[in-house]
Amino acid sequence: MSQDNAAKIRLSGVRKTFAGGKKVVLDHVDLEIGKGESVVIIGGSGTGKSVTIKCMLGLLKPDSGSITIDDKEVTTMSASEREDINRQVGMLFQAAALFDSLPVWENVAFGLLARKQCTRADARDIAVEKLRLVGLAPDVLDLSPAELSGGMQKRVGLARAIATNPEIIFFDEPTTGLDPIMADVINNLIVHVNQTVGATAVTITHDMASARKIGDRIAMLYDGRIIWAGPTDAIDHSDNEYVDQFIHGRADGPIKMAVRH
Amino acid sequence: MINPLRPIGRAFLAFLATTGRLSMFTVDGVSHCVRPPFYGRQLLRQVIEIGFFTLPVVGLTAIFAGMVLALQSYTGFARFSAEGAIANVVVLSITRELGPVLGGLMIAGRIGAAMAAEIGTMRVTEQVDALTTLSTNPMKYLVAPRLIAGTLMLPLVVFIADIIGVFGGYLVSVYKLGFNPSNYLQNTWEFMEAIDVISGLVKASVFGFITTLMGCYHGYYSGGGAQGVGKATTNAVVSASILILCFNYILTLLFFTKDVAG
Repeated sequence: MSQDNAAKIRLSGVRKTFAGGKKVVLDHVDLEIGKGESVVIIGGSGTGKSVTIKCMLGLLKPDSGSITIDDKEVTTMSASEREDINRQVGMLFQAAALFDSLPVWENVAFGLLARKQCTRADARDIAVEKLRLVGLAPDVLDLSPAELSGGMQKRVGLARAIATNPEIIFFDEPTTGLDPIMADVINNLIVHVNQTVGATAVTITHDMASARKIGDRIAMLYDGRIIWAGPTDAIDHSDNEYVDQFIHGRADGPIKMAVRH
Repeated sequence: MINPLRPIGRAFLAFLATTGRLSMFTVDGVSHCVRPPFYGRQLLRQVIEIGFFTLPVVGLTAIFAGMVLALQSYTGFARFSAEGAIANVVVLSITRELGPVLGGLMIAGRIGAAMAAEIGTMRVTEQVDALTTLSTNPMKYLVAPRLIAGTLMLPLVVFIADIIGVFGGYLVSVYKLGFNPSNYLQNTWEFMEAIDVISGLVKASVFGFITTLMGCYHGYYSGGGAQGVGKATTNAVVSASILILCFNYILTLLFFTKDVAG
């Protein structure tokens, strides 16, 4: 994947709390994501990975700190300005989040139709093309999302994420809930579409096989902060005991899981 | 020791917070009704859902309300040999009150619940977030078409319910109580004034807005999981029903204060 020095997305000192400030989820998160780069944010459940991605997407507003996309501050933007930014964004949700009331092709072409960029006939043709890119035949076009398996829903979600040829694609736990083979198929598809579309990719996952396969760089989130970030092939030599414990999936180590007895 | 004022204060603050959030939601929702882009397909879907698919349930409610009204009025008026007023009572009751209120309550149960469940499920399955990431404002795509359809279509549904309700009274009066059909219809027509129907239709419009607003609001702020969606659905129906009854009193007062005072 191509990469240059310009930061496409930059997080500086991002803090986000809940329950009136009592529950600190993100505490001074700093992260830079270069243009065309694929960055994977890893971390245990409840460490704030989803909150981080939602802050980047504008679904949550940070309490403080700065998030820039193409050097534009997005945390203080109006809703309409944010809509413009989101036109260059695609997102694959954990459970695909397909619209139940629409057939598969309208789900894929939703962004195109909403922006009135093309006619419905053209949008349907683009949906066929994008579905083919994620390995689905045109016979699923008129099916309802409920008629698809979990893996197929993920593929449709992926097709929807890339339908508008976005500059940035977010992947939220892309392999969670899938069998190992389907998970690898999705990983391959992500690598393939990232190369095809040439987009900047941000993935959150706790699946290390997935992280290693799709990431140029990995950042680990723990206790509301990025505690390590580096190239994917350097993660095995991070000299960070938190990272080591996480990537090897050991119960013993500095990371203590909240278990109630 | 627990301060007894604390729970009262907490409940009051929660009430204020909910009122504020609902007010902002209402203003936001209404502002999106008049600002482009408009989602014609979504609006058409809601128009059909409210204006067509609710007709059977509202029609059945209306016809039985009209029939019962005729029977009960006869029981009361026969004592004073005032059976001739039955047509008057039926048409006034149906057009002014029973049509809009019963129609509104039935639609609150059918449409308000369905909207809260649909939007609530979309919320917990991240479909609402997905709309935002696809540069589509959920208020504009989900809420505005429902508010418009509810406000415009409920008067139409209630108008049809008025006709069906009056017809129900006619059926009982003519075929069970032995009234002369043409006299009954003449009495109905003579006693009815435009304001009776218009006030009912204005009420229906307000009830349509209230029902769809409550359905959308509770669904939009639905909590997590199936329990959250269930609670949102219940809250939508209960709050819409209570508001319909409250606003019915207020609107009746506005329309007919002169009658009452006179």
